[in-house]
Amino acid sequence: MNSSSNKSVRELIQQNRQQKFSMKNVMERFMPIVLFLCAFVSVVTTIGIILTLVLETRHFFEVVSIKEFFGSTNWYPLNSQPEYGIWPLVVGTLEITVIAMLVAVPIGLTSAIYLSEYASERARRVLKPILEVLAGVPTIVFGFFALTFVTPLLVKLIPGLAIYNALSPGIVVGIMIIPMIASISEDAMSSVPKKIRDGALALGSTRLEVALKVVVPAALSGIIASIVLGMSRAIGETMIVTIAGGSNPTALVNPLEPVQTMTAYIVQVALGDAGFGTIEYYSIYAVGTLLFVFTLLMNLLANWITRRFREEY
Amino acid sequence: MALPEKQPVQKKFIDPVAVKKSISQRLVVNNITKIIFLIGLLFGLVVLGILLSGVVRDGAAWLSLDFLQNAPSRRPDRAGIYPALMGSIFLMLLIIPMIFILGVGAAIYLEEYAKKGRMTSFIEVNISNLAGVPSIVFGLLGLTFFVRNMGFGSTLIAGALTLALMSLPVVIVSSQEAIRAVPQAMRHASLALGASKWQTTFKVVLPASLPGVITGIILAVSRAIGETAPLIMVGAAIFIARAPEGIFSEFTALPIQIYNWTSRPQADFQGLAAAGIIVLMVILLTMNSLAIWIRNRFSKRY
Amino acid sequence: MDTKLTTKPAKEGVKTMNQPVAARQSVYRVNDLNLWYGDDHALKDVNLDIKQNEVTAIIGPSGCGKSTFIKTLNRMVELVPIVRTNGVIEYHGRNIFDKDYEVEELRTSVGMVFQQPNPFPKSIYDNIAYGPRVHGVKNKKILDEIVERSLRGAAIWDEVKDRLNENAYGLSGGQQQRLCIARCLAIEPDVILMDEPTSALDPISTLKVEELVQELKKDYSIIIVTHNMQQAARVSDKTAFFLNGEVVEFDQTDRIFSNPSDKRTEDYISGRFG
Repeated sequence: MNSSSNKSVRELIQQNRQQKFSMKNVMERFMPIVLFLCAFVSVVTTIGIILTLVLETRHFFEVVSIKEFFGSTNWYPLNSQPEYGIWPLVVGTLEITVIAMLVAVPIGLTSAIYLSEYASERARRVLKPILEVLAGVPTIVFGFFALTFVTPLLVKLIPGLAIYNALSPGIVVGIMIIPMIASISEDAMSSVPKKIRDGALALGSTRLEVALKVVVPAALSGIIASIVLGMSRAIGETMIVTIAGGSNPTALVNPLEPVQTMTAYIVQVALGDAGFGTIEYYSIYAVGTLLFVFTLLMNLLANWITRRFREEY
Repeated sequence: MALPEKQPVQKKFIDPVAVKKSISQRLVVNNITKIIFLIGLLFGLVVLGILLSGVVRDGAAWLSLDFLQNAPSRRPDRAGIYPALMGSIFLMLLIIPMIFILGVGAAIYLEEYAKKGRMTSFIEVNISNLAGVPSIVFGLLGLTFFVRNMGFGSTLIAGALTLALMSLPVVIVSSQEAIRAVPQAMRHASLALGASKWQTTFKVVLPASLPGVITGIILAVSRAIGETAPLIMVGAAIFIARAPEGIFSEFTALPIQIYNWTSRPQADFQGLAAAGIIVLMVILLTMNSLAIWIRNRFSKRY
Repeated sequence: MDTKLTTKPAKEGVKTMNQPVAARQSVYRVNDLNLWYGDDHALKDVNLDIKQNEVTAIIGPSGCGKSTFIKTLNRMVELVPIVRTNGVIEYHGRNIFDKDYEVEELRTSVGMVFQQPNPFPKSIYDNIAYGPRVHGVKNKKILDEIVERSLRGAAIWDEVKDRLNENAYGLSGGQQQRLCIARCLAIEPDVILMDEPTSALDPISTLKVEELVQELKKDYSIIIVTHNMQQAARVSDKTAFFLNGEVVEFDQTDRIFSNPSDKRTEDYISGRFG
């Protein structure tokens, strides 16, 4: 028994405070800085991406004129007289995006309306995780699915369809985006307060009328934002189009023929044997820059829509 | 349509008879569209079903213990997925600590320490935009910065860093949500006991938000593990016979191996690809279920 | 190491340990306290003298500043970013707004119980041990002792002694609130601030907390904000009536309720407004 330690908790605490002060102060002073640096990593990443793209693209434009890049409709990087006109890749990308949106928007939105307006709580608890699983399927798996299932199916339906075409990957990219559009739209619709719905129902509206005339207009900004974000995903999608779309950069719009998107071109070069420092190597940065700008604009647009048209209940 | 007869004396704008008639019609429309909406929703589920069953049908025959233990080979019957599987597991082990420390650190800073102002909103806008950058662009960053500038070459660490940077925005946002969900009353209780800000954050807020944080991290990692394009950019080897030996060794990963098999014309390799997909999907579905389980198990605790 | 704790919490604040114990010493002396939330002048020239080992009740209609006032006493009010204060609050003779007065030090000797029970999502044991641990008490035996004594002090020991390792959220609302009181006792404060501690509780739990307040008064000075006048009458020795951020009247509780000197107090007490 040590009589000197016979003291109250308060004295014990007081004693500890005096001893441990410096260590505690260090943490108190230091941690905010450490945490700030963690948060700043994301800013550094953005700077890194922009610097990478700008610096390497500069090498590309030392050889290829901007006029050719935006003016020419031929993308022949492998020719003895290579031509770098970006339009075929842009057209291919947009073709895929349009097909994808034709699939994803109607299905994504009807799913969202059903989940938010019709489904019981129990049904929702089952259905939403399944949509989440669909959202978690890797793109490589979707690519495999496009090539081994969707394309053969389409060939049966459309005689003369090329094995590599824009239609099949377009549809599958659309399927990939469904969960994204559905879940963002559903969030927007679910956040329309119950009292607004009840008000409409009490006037004798049917569920459909409530959904289309009350909920959808109120949630419109979220719905549009989901579509814009979906488009951005479609533009940036890589593996599905690489696997099932072929590698034929063409400015002609025909979904039944092979295409090449911006992303697929980048992969093609990365897998090929274009040496470091060649113009072909630098071309992927030029294409990447354009891709980055496209998706960034889409994301900014989606952000702006949600912020600008946010409903206040 | 039965229009109400014009009665100048008793003018009624809503005619009960007409309403009654139209109601049945409106209800029919309501029910038909309800079915259409349901079909829309089921479409996704059906596709998921077809996809999974197709993969199982094509790949099940190729699944075996040998498949998990062998290296890839030009002869389909000897080909296996071992180096790719190990590569993916190594990637996962490297990514998790990176995104945990950086992601949770950033989230704590933004939720607990950052003062509302230009810098903070700039960082937040930046994070949300970064979340929308296509993965292949992160691949270009990885190729330029980690592989070339830092001189890592096409190694495991270069791949892991690239995937970690790509996952970071998602982890930050989901961790922020988890931290925000911790009631203010918890922080007040701790501060009122004389605890400092950091003690409150580290001993109360972080433990209380941990289930949500972990759920977000698992989902982000399962996303990252399924990514192909950034790894192609970083130069993950298409053909490699051995599992990686350290963070600076060359590597391949499951999606890369699957891509390699998918892009070959022979049917046998398609079967191998399907088998590889089964392995990948089992890993991802396990992780997803774990995340959902954690979320449900620990939700609504306050 | 064999450490034994004295079982009686020190009655005096550490700062006043050497002073002779007078009949009723001042714990808090509030001089011309003003407080603004932005442009909103929430407390106006508040002057109060709060004595040791008394229960001081603070009453008044909603929005009168009573909650703001009690949160000012341990500077929790500063968590609202737009708050400005001026004036002096002396805690045992030292101004709590002094630059070198650390809030952590103040809050270690001034405990607080909130409107809503707010236990941590941890075990009952860890909830009580949190405070001592934060302040560097690591010894398991001492912690065990603190936990038991605090839970006994809050009259909840018998109800929870067999499930100390269970999550605190398994307890009922009333038990949670007493747990929060126990958590606050664990760091042996000198003053306990209670901000409408029973507003979220049922009548029986309320009664238990009120009995507890009477018990705790022997060892602690208690300041309790309440919107319930009967509660103020039942538990307190002194009562302060707040209205629009001002102290209208501060006196012995019996006097306030039987023979208030201000007309507005009388109106409020007799239920004419508020």
